[in-house]
Amino acid sequence: MIEARHIVKHYGLKPVLREVDFMVDSGEFVAIVGPNGAGKTTFLRILASLARPNAGTLRVAGFVLPAQAIDVRRRIGMLSHQALLYGDLTAEENLRFYGRMYAVQNLEACIHDAIRLVGLQRRRRDLVRRFSRGMQQRLAIARAILHEPELLLLDEPHTGLDPDAAAMLDGLLREVTQRGRTIVMTSHDLQRASDLATRVDFLFRGKIAASFKQGEIETQRLLEMYRSVTRG
Amino acid sequence: MEPMPKQLKILNWLTIALVAAGLYLAIWYAPREAIMGEVQRVFYFHVAAGWVGALAFLVAALSGALFLIRRERRWDRVAMSSVEIGVVFTFINIVSGSIWARPIWNTWWTWDPRLVTATVMALVYLAYIMLRQSVDDPDRRARFAAVYSILGFISVPLTFLSIRIFRSIHPVVFGAGDALSSGMSSPRMQVAFFFSLLTFSFIYGTLLWHRLRLQHLSEKLEIQKMKMLSAEN
Amino acid sequence: MAKRVESDSKISKPRGSSLRVYLRVIGAIVWKDIAAELRNRQMISAMLVFALLVVLIFNFALELDIVTRDSVTSGVLWVTFAFAGTLGLNRSAAMEEDRGCLDGLLLVPIDRSALYFGKVIGNVLFLLIVEAIILPLYSVLYNVNLFVPGLLLVIVLGSWGYVAVGTLMAAMALQTRMRDVLLPILLFPVVLPVLIPALKASNAFLQAFEVGDIMLWINLLIAYDLIFTTIAFLVFEYVVEE
Repeated sequence: MIEARHIVKHYGLKPVLREVDFMVDSGEFVAIVGPNGAGKTTFLRILASLARPNAGTLRVAGFVLPAQAIDVRRRIGMLSHQALLYGDLTAEENLRFYGRMYAVQNLEACIHDAIRLVGLQRRRRDLVRRFSRGMQQRLAIARAILHEPELLLLDEPHTGLDPDAAAMLDGLLREVTQRGRTIVMTSHDLQRASDLATRVDFLFRGKIAASFKQGEIETQRLLEMYRSVTRG
Repeated sequence: MEPMPKQLKILNWLTIALVAAGLYLAIWYAPREAIMGEVQRVFYFHVAAGWVGALAFLVAALSGALFLIRRERRWDRVAMSSVEIGVVFTFINIVSGSIWARPIWNTWWTWDPRLVTATVMALVYLAYIMLRQSVDDPDRRARFAAVYSILGFISVPLTFLSIRIFRSIHPVVFGAGDALSSGMSSPRMQVAFFFSLLTFSFIYGTLLWHRLRLQHLSEKLEIQKMKMLSAEN
Repeated sequence: MAKRVESDSKISKPRGSSLRVYLRVIGAIVWKDIAAELRNRQMISAMLVFALLVVLIFNFALELDIVTRDSVTSGVLWVTFAFAGTLGLNRSAAMEEDRGCLDGLLLVPIDRSALYFGKVIGNVLFLLIVEAIILPLYSVLYNVNLFVPGLLLVIVLGSWGYVAVGTLMAAMALQTRMRDVLLPILLFPVVLPVLIPALKASNAFLQAFEVGDIMLWINLLIAYDLIFTTIAFLVFEYVVEE
């Protein structure tokens, strides 16, 4: 699903990503964890075709980036810590807009299903401006999966969510994975990441420093290792 | 520390020689102009400065386009350096024009097409600089600057064209006639004039090279700094 | 979702011709901008109020007596539109910045130019609406007939050129530290080739000059509109992408 080799990204003269290698098979749920400034968001944006690497090769969903970006975008959905929703439109109208943009077939039925999946039926005609952060994030998931992408990219999706909303998000993510989608999620919450993901990668100072499959290692040891790695 | 390349040293001396020769030609060799008097000599510097302003603008737009296509940072460096030089010469152009105009047309300013266009070009330059200063991300800064320089470069001649057309429909007579046509009667004047164009072009090239070199060295310094800081960690 | 089995084929092949998809994307963006504006009407009302204030200020600033009025009307109108226009452009660009919506647009599997045209058409519509309100108001306040067909044509052409460049500039300005303050600084020097023929042609129509003379300005306007629109849509992706 994802084949990234030797990805390099600079911010001016400063290197942000130094030769990152990253492989993901179909159906995996990979969490990328690391301290702030490690380059997680940058890397995710490169995978999402929103940014270009300075060097390296990248294939996502079978297509080359950045050359075949349009084909890639058709097959991915993204959740950022911003909702990517229009405050002055209703939940329904937001989904309708994105549905049209992605040329989704049977749009009204898909909107109906997506809203039901994220549990926002009662608020479908409300303006997004009036939604709480948790509800916006839920609607954002609906938006992200509306066009049935094979790959979901999540950038610290639990940011700003209270524990209830975060738990609901986790439930949705689990359901979404069960349907065979591949998920890549960045997070600085190691506990949550290891609970949800089938694999946890450490991104530290622009490189993947370590990678652990689910069950390979106890969460406690993972936390200790994380602390020792980030302390240098 | 990288020493100045030999070619640059030669260019330095060549340019200084040209400036000396150009000054001689403009101030002593060229005859005194019959109608306007000594102040006409400003002309040799005024037009050449305007020429450099336009040349620098063109170079900036071309480098900008090259940056967008190739994504190589050195094109952005060329563009920025060119604009820095160009804006100075454009101001020299406007101010020297004003100094020349006062005794001739008895006014510091007129709204004739060339002046307006020069002003617009100066404003585009200033906007470019403000744009650059307002963006932190170096890649974005380079991209935006390139886009703006391309649009600005297309826009300035079109502005000139529009104003010129207006003048041909409603011709306006001002002052003691058109400077370019009346001032170049004597062949010695022409020599001084074209020589000044050459000299100023060399000044531009030399300054550009120095500025690029300065930028290059400053970046090397930055990289060294970063290496030292990360080595300490 | 019951449709899961068929869904894999739903997106892997693009439905319809790519031109139809392209046009649908543009239409969706225009519809979205109109729907959002209808909800809060902030942009149009701000532009209108500002335009009225500018007209009012001009009343005090210039001697708008019967004689001079005719010769300055064109200038007053275009200055008003240019300034009110910056408000609309900024607001339209800011809408995409709110909640990170620009990323949402960039993730759509379509050429970036579709995003550009969608925003331009929306912005032109809003500017035309404001102009459609200001013109009759000005007519009434100053007892000038502004319903000259030629003038209306010029206003449409000039507005398009202004917005074609302005949308690009606003997209840039909003991503800088100076933000919307930078828009007029960037826009006005560059958009002069559009404003000058627009001014001259408007004036010519109002003062009932020979149509033959005016055609030159109209042709220039059309040419500049084409040049600027082409260049702007070619470079737009560099402004929004990383």
